[in-house]
Amino acid sequence: MGRKILLDKIDIPGILGFDVYRNNGGYSAVEKALKTMSPDQVLDEVKKSGIRGRGGAGFPAGMKWSFLDRSTNNPRYLICNADESEPGTFKDRYLMEKLPHLLIEGLIVSSYALGANTCFIYIRGEFKYLVGILEKAIFEARKNGFIGKNILSSGYSLDIYVHPGAGAYICGEETALIESLEGKRGNPRIKPPFPASKGLYQCPTVVNNVETLASIGPIIIMGGEEYAKIGTGKSTGTKLISASGHINQPGVYEIEMGISVEDFIYLDEYCGGIRGSKKLKAIVAGGSSVPVLPENLVFKTAKNETRLMTYESLAEGGFESGTMLGSGGLIVYDEDACMVRNTWNFSRFYHHESCGQCSPCREGTGWMEKVLYRIEHGQGRIEDIDLLVNISKNIEGNTICPLGDAAAWPVASAIRHFREEFEFHVKHPEKIKNKDHGNIQKLFVP
Amino acid sequence: MAKVTIDNHVVEVPDGTTILQAARLIGGDIVPPTMCYYSKLEGSGGKCRTCLVKVSQSSGKDSRPMPKLVASCSTPVADGMVVQNITSPEVLEARKAIVEFLLINHPLDCPVCDQAGECDLQNLSYEHGLETTRYKEERRDYPSVDIGPYVKLHMNRCILCYRCVYTADQIAGKRIHGILYRGDVAEISTFIQNSIENEFSGNIIDVCPVGALTDKTFRFKSRVWFLNPFLAHRDCPTCSGKVTVWKFGKEIYRVTGRKDQFGEVDEFICNTCRFDKKGSEDWIIESPANIDKQSVISQNHYMKIKKGSIIKPLEQKTEPQD
Amino acid sequence: MHNNQIQHKIHFRENKEFHFREEIMEKVKQIISRYPEGKQKSALLPILHIAQEENCGHLSVDVMDYVAQLLGIQSIEVYEVATFYSQFYLEKQGKYVIELCKTASCAICGGEDILDFIKEKLNIQEGETTDDKLFTLKTVECLGGCGYAPVMQVNTEFYEFLDRQKIDSIIDELRSKANDEKAKASTWAEKFC
Repeated sequence: MGRKILLDKIDIPGILGFDVYRNNGGYSAVEKALKTMSPDQVLDEVKKSGIRGRGGAGFPAGMKWSFLDRSTNNPRYLICNADESEPGTFKDRYLMEKLPHLLIEGLIVSSYALGANTCFIYIRGEFKYLVGILEKAIFEARKNGFIGKNILSSGYSLDIYVHPGAGAYICGEETALIESLEGKRGNPRIKPPFPASKGLYQCPTVVNNVETLASIGPIIIMGGEEYAKIGTGKSTGTKLISASGHINQPGVYEIEMGISVEDFIYLDEYCGGIRGSKKLKAIVAGGSSVPVLPENLVFKTAKNETRLMTYESLAEGGFESGTMLGSGGLIVYDEDACMVRNTWNFSRFYHHESCGQCSPCREGTGWMEKVLYRIEHGQGRIEDIDLLVNISKNIEGNTICPLGDAAAWPVASAIRHFREEFEFHVKHPEKIKNKDHGNIQKLFVP
Repeated sequence: MAKVTIDNHVVEVPDGTTILQAARLIGGDIVPPTMCYYSKLEGSGGKCRTCLVKVSQSSGKDSRPMPKLVASCSTPVADGMVVQNITSPEVLEARKAIVEFLLINHPLDCPVCDQAGECDLQNLSYEHGLETTRYKEERRDYPSVDIGPYVKLHMNRCILCYRCVYTADQIAGKRIHGILYRGDVAEISTFIQNSIENEFSGNIIDVCPVGALTDKTFRFKSRVWFLNPFLAHRDCPTCSGKVTVWKFGKEIYRVTGRKDQFGEVDEFICNTCRFDKKGSEDWIIESPANIDKQSVISQNHYMKIKKGSIIKPLEQKTEPQD
Repeated sequence: MHNNQIQHKIHFRENKEFHFREEIMEKVKQIISRYPEGKQKSALLPILHIAQEENCGHLSVDVMDYVAQLLGIQSIEVYEVATFYSQFYLEKQGKYVIELCKTASCAICGGEDILDFIKEKLNIQEGETTDDKLFTLKTVECLGGCGYAPVMQVNTEFYEFLDRQKIDSIIDELRSKANDEKAKASTWAEKFC
């Protein structure tokens, strides 16, 4: 059993309530930080921990914090990005639902380190039922003196508010989130300037993922160096993996980074193998945006090394034969899955979620979806396959925000690894009429 | 001050200048085309991606290239920065792709579009576009929306540059139209039946890079290249009164703002000047308007005028001589 | 199939009086006070959520104009935002809005069959409302419940690991709940909302 840092208290009855959480060592990170450490010392510990942003991009959190413009007198803001909408990812929802106080504790310590006196939790509109849970936790923390004016007589004051979104994947992009929080359409901003200097209300702002911020409490308690000992290389600490798809035990698992992908998929303490004892066909390792990996590249890299659940190992081989850890949303496909249908599904998602601000993404995502729809429904042309590759290449890197890349990668990688399936769809429209045609296809496509 | 090299031309500009502004100071072919950026509208730019350029050296201190192409209209220069526009095949390739994206849902109804002949998208696709289309799907079709007696909205032609929205916010005052919905079904609309009418609302026609917003008082009157543009002025209590009048014989067919070499109006004009003053007695004619030699509007008008010098990228980096 | 005819329409002011009840107004004022002076537009999304709930589950032009006035912003700014986010409904909805996830894991774990089943059971297509105005069926992109696929959300409630049996019981339960409420409802507004 791997070490648990985030979910270790999850099974304690009543952990949702302040008293139980507090009696089990909760809020001691706030006490430690506010009573014995300066904000810079907290920042140092976070830097030492090496924790990388858990939202998908994997940018070192300590470094992001150190970019915060401290030279102005403008107020600073911390925003907790709880707009979890990446297909395949549901860890933040789980964390907030089961351990709201862990997040609140992390927010207090982080805000203190950043010198922010206001913190917003931007939560996706679909999770409206979590607003009550979080607001209750905030209320309790306030009643017990951990939020509000002069916390623990340290002179430091903080307010935390929950702000609901209203159904837009794009608001998970940090500048779109800020726009949305300002009451506008969720159009990502053109960078520079970055939020660290001009974010919410043009003030210095840090936006971090729920899981990142929830990890700050444990990091302060155990110390950054101790945290960095968990995991391997530049993938330090533990990571929540949302496992779904054709597996026996879907759910959220906390892993020490560095266990192998094979163990994670097949061990009983994690996914427990493929549903119905079928064969594995492919995985999407980090949410729908990352390149799909075919079976032959899942357990071993192209260099024949064991593929591990780490940022580096999953990325091994670049886009040719690797993928990304992303947000840790693992989707597993069995042998009966149709990768064309799945690619169309992803493509439809990005088409629906594009904000429409910049032309490559606005037009390109729709174009790809329409072509994929045709192929999947038996109206494809053989030249459409290369056309798709070309469109994805034309979108990639040319857009304002990473949504364009996220739309392009799944398409490009699916064609790279499963071109035969696309060709099969084009050549045999009569065999793919039924929507569950994956099991027929597997007889023809090796 | 920052010294920046663009297609081997070196120019010195104040800090905070964007790459595009620096390129415009050099002028000529190396100026990236723009569809959404408008120097007179704050916040515009960054959206159409036609002005993407390659930064092959970030600054004098940091010799690394920027990892992606950047929008020149919104990226500030740094001292020692090296930029490639038309000397970079990668940029030209990307620009071709952007033009294709802008065109796939465009109705290509230039033969019946009033903007034809002075359309930025037409010029852009002439220069960078493909001759045929790879887009085999149906093009989207918006229901038509009436936005009042002065401006005709053709949503199908719109490229969502947001210029008209910024104009309404910054020039015309109270805004009643905006960008609605999202993704590739986003549109310009008033949402409720409403007409865009205030003293400066006509300027949204001038800033529109395509034929999405056209002048109802000029609708189907004439192709622009049959008209002769003249600089003219009148004593206007509301605006500067400095305009371009477009004449056919002695008759004034339409009035627009005066545009500079980058297609931006010099001064925004009021609706009275634009829509109501069509009599030749209303205007004092100054001189024929300057028309870009490449423009289709110049066809048959100025045959004998010598071609101006055109600034091309240089083979080698050359410092300007003082 | 893709419909390239875009279905946006011009909306109308009905000039129906709308304002928040006193206790709701308290809540709204409290929300506005979270944001700095002059930045009250920030409260737009939370307040639109409340307005939608108060207006029987959709946003009409009058309601949006009211919110604009409340926040001191132009009406078009509210329309722009309301049309951007998929959770704001501009048309009248059924009492229960069924939002079935159709993305990724939900699609590969039987969500597509569930959609067919609900359509059959309620005898409506996606985007339609049943004749008794009880159910509106929508398909949505990822709800963030991939590990419990297939999932759907009815108003704010999540339903997970769906199968035909579950759908049957959920819909029957909601239907009888609605009938109970109707029997109890005393005012016209309650009866028809």
